[in-house]
Amino acid sequence: MKVILGFIPLLDCASLVVAAERGFAAEEGLELALVRETSWANIRDRVVVGHFDAAHMLGPMTVASTLGIGHVRVPVIAPFALGLGGNAITVSLRLWEQMVKEGATAGAAPAVQASALKRAVQRRSGPLTFAMVYPFSCHNYELRYWLAAGGVDPDRDVRLVVIPPPFLVDALRAGQIDGFCVGEPWNSVAVQAGVGTIVVPTTAIWPSSPEKVLGCRLEWAQRHPKQLAALQRALYRASVWCENRENHAELGKLLGQPRYVGAPADLLHRALSGQLTLTTGAEPVQFDDFFTPAGHNATFPWVSHALWFYEQMLRWKQIEFAANQVAAVRATYRPDLYRAALASVAPDIPVEDTKIERFFDGGTFDPRTFETQR
Amino acid sequence: MADATLRILLVDQNVTRASILEEGLREAGYTNVSVVRDMQNLLRRIVDADPDVIFIDLENPNRDVLEQMFQVSRCVQRPIAMFVDHSDTDMIRAAVESGVGAYVVDGLRKERVKSILDMAVSRFNAFSQLRDERDRAKQELEDRKTIERAKGILMKERGLSEEAAYGLLRKAAMNENRRVAEVAQSVVTAARLLK
Repeated sequence: MKVILGFIPLLDCASLVVAAERGFAAEEGLELALVRETSWANIRDRVVVGHFDAAHMLGPMTVASTLGIGHVRVPVIAPFALGLGGNAITVSLRLWEQMVKEGATAGAAPAVQASALKRAVQRRSGPLTFAMVYPFSCHNYELRYWLAAGGVDPDRDVRLVVIPPPFLVDALRAGQIDGFCVGEPWNSVAVQAGVGTIVVPTTAIWPSSPEKVLGCRLEWAQRHPKQLAALQRALYRASVWCENRENHAELGKLLGQPRYVGAPADLLHRALSGQLTLTTGAEPVQFDDFFTPAGHNATFPWVSHALWFYEQMLRWKQIEFAANQVAAVRATYRPDLYRAALASVAPDIPVEDTKIERFFDGGTFDPRTFETQR
Repeated sequence: MADATLRILLVDQNVTRASILEEGLREAGYTNVSVVRDMQNLLRRIVDADPDVIFIDLENPNRDVLEQMFQVSRCVQRPIAMFVDHSDTDMIRAAVESGVGAYVVDGLRKERVKSILDMAVSRFNAFSQLRDERDRAKQELEDRKTIERAKGILMKERGLSEEAAYGLLRKAAMNENRRVAEVAQSVVTAARLLK
């Protein structure tokens, strides 16, 4: 059975690549055709029109498609998550220097860095420009959460723009932007190029934060339940393979190939191991759980993630609340399909569909009170 | 009938394709067409052009930049979206298959856009065909050169006539279920290694 999957060259396309290249898909009788794409909008469109059976997708994008924000409303589901974490916030050397004067230090907690940024913002005239990769992305919401919690208004004090990952480092070098939030390896590429400093990994802002998911049309999932279940099993085993430290060097090389991520293998290897060099020339610092492909139920599609994304869409005025949307948002993430496919494969599958999400500033997101308060 | 009052903005880094579409639109009576080729000041250009319809090629990674601009509605004077009516999926499919992304100002009736979109789709298809043909011609030329080189090697090393050298390549290709040009490439590579 052939399954066509779209992906964007980023660290967390790892499980798709490994499923195709290390036999996990073949064991399930699947032949994976991986198609590299240049924009998230293309990924969405090609899933929606059926060019791709499924794709490496931004978690919030599945919710946006299901609700029809900015695009046709097509129910898209997330039956499997492609890992936790993997993002970081990086700023230009100039902004970092200003932040250091205000108390920031390399590797400090997100609250310390955010207060330093706030004071730096107060000293300057005119907003800062920060980039992220897509309006409906964890990067956008994590960056906004961190800024707002530190007292920086993401819409007034900062101009938020979208820049595709491969162009971010050049934009930082050219002074077009003061910082960005993106997945690896692009933060490390900026540090290696001597144009940026990594301020904080986003797992420090939102521990166990989700990132990409496997996204597909609801209609495709209903028509091909066996393929989908086989794909989930292949991806699960590939994720476990990706998590194993012994495989990181090989995985870095595999992903480094131009047809996949096309970035230096050693940078990818380090990101996989959570060894981030925060400032140019410094020794790498170990961040446990920086990117988690499989452990801590990293592949489980928590409905609380979908609901939190929806809350961010409301908070940042991407959409207006409507009571009937909540059920649609819940139905986007499919822990039921995950359990059905992986019952005999994955140990310790959560029995709950939601959990309380906790953030660095002490904030919590409880999906139960979210629904009753609305 | 072409609706000459519609303002159309085309974002395409490929000069040839952009001019093929621009020409088609103008011939069809859409006189209000602007083209953006470089991505500097994209927002400024969009605000200035204040378009009713925007086309962008799908190879362009800046498509996500464009979508963000539409999301932040205060960036543009009027809200712009990809077709938002569910019945537009067929239009989107045709567009995506031809390699073009299309956005229209909110509230613009579908009938007013349909013929422009059809034009864009057919011109993008024509361009892809041209490019495929060009790529194929280029490939054929490369193949011919490689085969010539391999024949030369075989003639010299094995004292064969040109015809016999080609026959040998062809036979090997048939046996190994490969293209003659591929076998020829192996011969050229091997000869270089053995030198």
